[in-house]
Amino acid sequence: MQETGVTTGAIELRDLRREFGERVALRDVSLTLARGETLAVLGPNGAGKTTLLRILAALLRPTGGTAVVLGSELPKASWALRGKVGWLGHDPLLYRDLTASENLRFAARLNGLDSEAAGRRIESLLEAVGLSRRGDDRIRDFSAGMVQRTAICRAVLHEPELLLLDEPYSHLDAEARTLVEPLIGAGAKATRVVVSHEAESASAADQVLRLDPTGRPAELAAA
Amino acid sequence: MISSRDAFRAILAKDLRIELRTMRSLPAMALFAVTVFVLFHFALNTANPDSDVAAGILLVTVLFAAILAINRLFLSEREEGGFELIRLAPIDRSVLFAAKFAALFIYLAVLEAIAVPVFAAFFLDSGRGLVATVGVLLMLNAGLAATGTLVSSIATNSSARDLLTPLILLPMLIPLVIAASSLVSGALDVLPADKPGTWLAVLGLYDSIFILIGYAVFDFLLED
Repeated sequence: MQETGVTTGAIELRDLRREFGERVALRDVSLTLARGETLAVLGPNGAGKTTLLRILAALLRPTGGTAVVLGSELPKASWALRGKVGWLGHDPLLYRDLTASENLRFAARLNGLDSEAAGRRIESLLEAVGLSRRGDDRIRDFSAGMVQRTAICRAVLHEPELLLLDEPYSHLDAEARTLVEPLIGAGAKATRVVVSHEAESASAADQVLRLDPTGRPAELAAA
Repeated sequence: MISSRDAFRAILAKDLRIELRTMRSLPAMALFAVTVFVLFHFALNTANPDSDVAAGILLVTVLFAAILAINRLFLSEREEGGFELIRLAPIDRSVLFAAKFAALFIYLAVLEAIAVPVFAAFFLDSGRGLVATVGVLLMLNAGLAATGTLVSSIATNSSARDLLTPLILLPMLIPLVIAASSLVSGALDVLPADKPGTWLAVLGLYDSIFILIGYAVFDFLLED
């Protein structure tokens, strides 16, 4: 396993940079986040928040700087990170023609969960987000809020060490936010990186990273 | 890492379940094949074309029908985030190639189970050579599924994938078509086939090469 061995932190970034052709989406991002802490990433549209999150999930290669996530240097040791990250992006990563339970069972199998344990976990997660009666309905018949709740179940299903959450409360009403809070909120056991437009999400964070419209950190501060 | 066999079974089962539920590919393939046979039947104006022509009709129809499935092979992965799901999971990514290869092979086998009897009804005066023809088609399916999966994964992110897939794929299939048509023509003819061993070896070699290439390079195709 390719691990640096020099850090006990969950995330260490040094001068991280990502370019798409001529355009620089993210530049000079440096920070250290300890395990169990929460980082809130704020900024306007196009500031590189999602790009940062995708790099941390090893879905995107950085074009400069270094990134060490859960002890794995990216992109060299990105394979070591697989299965340790809970990803909630703009796309729910759910198949529309499968039911909520089938989608979660598929995700569980890909993450190596034992069939019986997965069944119990899926049942309890659907119960927790108020979808226990809709588990056998197809995702295409769900409202946007229900899709988001199922996607949250999918992201936390394998009890990841690191939660990467991109606008996790979008499409959720106040009641649904309360339901998902124990899974992805401040009470979650995992290290969290939460991308948001809303400044209020920074209140529960240990650190806040504000990106300016050019993808450069405008501010990195303890909350 | 999760065992490749478990991941393979999970992905294949998911694909087959979605196909059975949506019938996105198979009915279109079968309907296309039957329609082409009807058109050839009237265009050639004969119920008993010679074996070379009959072999050509069968193989070209199967190839074009296959393109319908190949174009849709990675549709759910592209549109519903399946690629990311696979990339985030602790599995060997080449398993996705193996599962898609198997799914496409099964679709082709089902297509042929429908198309071959229709083909025989329209163009053959007896069932002679049909068993050998089915054997050749199964070997064709392996090569077609390997190249089809590879090309589909490359073309799927392009907005011109409907055009790109046949443009890249069809020239790659020429060796496969030459070998398969020689064998099918020989099987359907009253005279024995010319050098069937050589053509079988060509088919086997083609299948092996593209299965190995697909499995080896697929991981890199999933990178950003």
